[in-house]
Amino acid sequence: MLKRALAVLGPFLALAFVIALFAILLPGQFLSAYNLKTVATQTVIVGVCAIGMTFVIVSGGIDLSVGSTIALSSVVSALLLRDGASTLTAVLGGIAACGALGVVNGLLITRLRIVPFIVTLGSMGVARGLAKYLADEQKVDAPVGGLSALMAKTPDPAWLLLSPGVWLMLVLAALAALVLTRTVFGVHALAIGSSEPTARLCGVRVERVKLSIYALSGLCAGLAGSLQLARLTVGDPTTALGKELDVIAAVVIGGGSLAGGSGSILGSLLGAFLMTVLANGCTLLGVPNYVQEMLVGAIIVAAVAADQLRRKSAV
Amino acid sequence: MAGLKELLTVRGVSKRFGAQQALADVELHVARGEVHALVGENGAGKSTLIKVLAGAITPDAGSMLLDGQPFTPRDPLAASRAGIAVIYQELSLAPDLSVLDNVMLGRERHRAGVLQRGAMRKRVLEALALLEHTDITPERKVSELGPGARQLIEVARALCSEARLVIMDEPTSSLGAADVARLFKVIARLRERGVSVIYISHALEELSAIADRYTVLRDGAHVKSGAMADTSRAELIEAMVGRALDDAFPKVAHHPGEPLLELDRICGARLPRDASMTLRRGEILGIAGLVGAGRTELLRALFGLDPIKSGAVKLAGVVDHGKPPWARLAQRVGLLSEARKEEGVALGLSVVDNLTLAGLAQSVRGGFLDRTAQRAAAQRWIDTVGVRTKDPLQPIAELSGGNQQKVALARLLHCDADVLLLDEPTRGIDVGSKAEIYRLIGELAARGKAVLMCSSYLPELLGVCDRIAVMHRGQLGAARATSEWSETAIMQAAHGAAHA
Repeated sequence: MLKRALAVLGPFLALAFVIALFAILLPGQFLSAYNLKTVATQTVIVGVCAIGMTFVIVSGGIDLSVGSTIALSSVVSALLLRDGASTLTAVLGGIAACGALGVVNGLLITRLRIVPFIVTLGSMGVARGLAKYLADEQKVDAPVGGLSALMAKTPDPAWLLLSPGVWLMLVLAALAALVLTRTVFGVHALAIGSSEPTARLCGVRVERVKLSIYALSGLCAGLAGSLQLARLTVGDPTTALGKELDVIAAVVIGGGSLAGGSGSILGSLLGAFLMTVLANGCTLLGVPNYVQEMLVGAIIVAAVAADQLRRKSAV
Repeated sequence: MAGLKELLTVRGVSKRFGAQQALADVELHVARGEVHALVGENGAGKSTLIKVLAGAITPDAGSMLLDGQPFTPRDPLAASRAGIAVIYQELSLAPDLSVLDNVMLGRERHRAGVLQRGAMRKRVLEALALLEHTDITPERKVSELGPGARQLIEVARALCSEARLVIMDEPTSSLGAADVARLFKVIARLRERGVSVIYISHALEELSAIADRYTVLRDGAHVKSGAMADTSRAELIEAMVGRALDDAFPKVAHHPGEPLLELDRICGARLPRDASMTLRRGEILGIAGLVGAGRTELLRALFGLDPIKSGAVKLAGVVDHGKPPWARLAQRVGLLSEARKEEGVALGLSVVDNLTLAGLAQSVRGGFLDRTAQRAAAQRWIDTVGVRTKDPLQPIAELSGGNQQKVALARLLHCDADVLLLDEPTRGIDVGSKAEIYRLIGELAARGKAVLMCSSYLPELLGVCDRIAVMHRGQLGAARATSEWSETAIMQAAHGAAHA
């Protein structure tokens, strides 16, 4: 009982500890309203992707293509905007392209029975290349107009407190948490990750569920790409390079097991926040970038080690 | 030393796993250069005895002598160094490596870490020549070889390790007739070289062809030993099964009704072959057979986990040629898997999720899962079936095997299956839970459910089923009333002796 409570509390405690640490080391500065808004906004891209990735990892899979997918989405939306499409059409176009990519991932995994690691490693390259081809290997200037308000650190109606992108992420996370824990689809995803043969035995349509999961991951990354476009105001085919690893790290820090069968949306968001807080605090402290990188690396390994200990003692 | 006639002497060896006495005071004498058959039913203790000899298990009591010297292997490596080689049922070769690398794996010749390929190759060629199989080149990849040739590689490996005693566990279960003949020649060569062989097989006709002497185990104890020539197959079977039916089988009155499931010449990918049968409402039909006879394959093909190549399934009047598991569940067919931990239950999920996984739709309200309703439904079955659990939300991994099995069975009740396909429903669970599961099966039949049950445990089939059919090498014999069967008759049919 205690162990299960710890599994949920772990990421919470880690985040609280890091926040407390920086609050002490950077009095007045770290906990300022402005800085907290910055941290929240910086978390959005990884956070939105982590929502989709949680489903993937819970089902025992992996999606390495999300970084490239973000770039693809931002480029597609930027091109549509440049060609005079409305903001909504452009955003939906970018997201749809990435959803299609997710469907292709899912089809390759379920129909050809290739392991997700390889399939998404391949599509990571293909999506990146596609983004560069579409953008002619350049940044795509586009009239982003109202879109940039999505990621403004200080939102336009001031009563929003946080940028609209942050609220979007939180609403999406709440919905996803509901889907993961309170729908047949969510329980089926968990069951597949826990034991695929058992899921099949119990009539779970494994292929169909997996296909939906990878499509969902693509859609989330597509949305993250729109937000990235809003932030950068240009479609950048080289953006979010290696971002997939941050996303996976967020899910793992949040209690997701790469073996499948465990993970939560709340945990993944906490994991995403933990990494931004760490980066932000270190920057404010003037700690060199390489130390940050080592810290994040150590935390990932520590989180997985904790997960292993938990599993071992559970058996 | 070399004058000793007896190579291996096992006296008074016992081993207990928890409440189960796997070996009780077992005796085994193997002479130099003899082929010794070790026989017994599934669970008689043969595998445990092999593991003791192979150093994988340390016995609780007893003594072993190898070549007159006390033999107490601490681990498999020690047993291997002492000259014992085991060839397991599932071959233990690395398919991506060459024949040479496989044969010499773990005993590579090297000088300062650099392999001496030439010397190794010569050694392997010698072994292959001894086996009269120079047609296999040492450079071939093992994955390119058939099952028969792979078996030979295992024997070559034993030869190269200077084994004095080779133990073969069901070596022919995956071999065709030609490969079996080839293997028997190889065994004869081993015997000529003074190597002893312990040969384990359910195929009694093989034993009379190849073994010099035999030892029968039953319920972990030594029953009988003797010369193969002085015994008949019937005597061996008698010794293997000679056990009185105990009354651990609670009877629940039930009456077979109209036919519900009819199979018409079902063929699977490999097994079964042309299986036909009829299952009625309110009936418990048992399928007996040896391991690998195709019983599990029949159930899996029927449930859609494996493909049906040909044949027809008629279920409640509707004919089809194979459907996926979700469609079978919709037709109210449920399967209880023989592999409880790998397939039967998802160890990471809670008792509630495991129990309701096949029927989650029942607890959906307005698109969302009503966790309270789900839990209430699970609790009802937990009470009905008598699952002992502290908290229904605890991970199922924390439950005992018997209780896990009850959850898996309760799942079929939860999705209201009319046809229950039970594969080894009581494997690996304690006697008390067994009796409860038998009572449950009886009650299901009394409520008009149709039960198809595969089991290797004959007393269970005879004690629970209304009719029994026996499967032999993929072929399903005709189902006859249980009163017409005896353990001996079932064993004979399972060995293909008296094909019904």
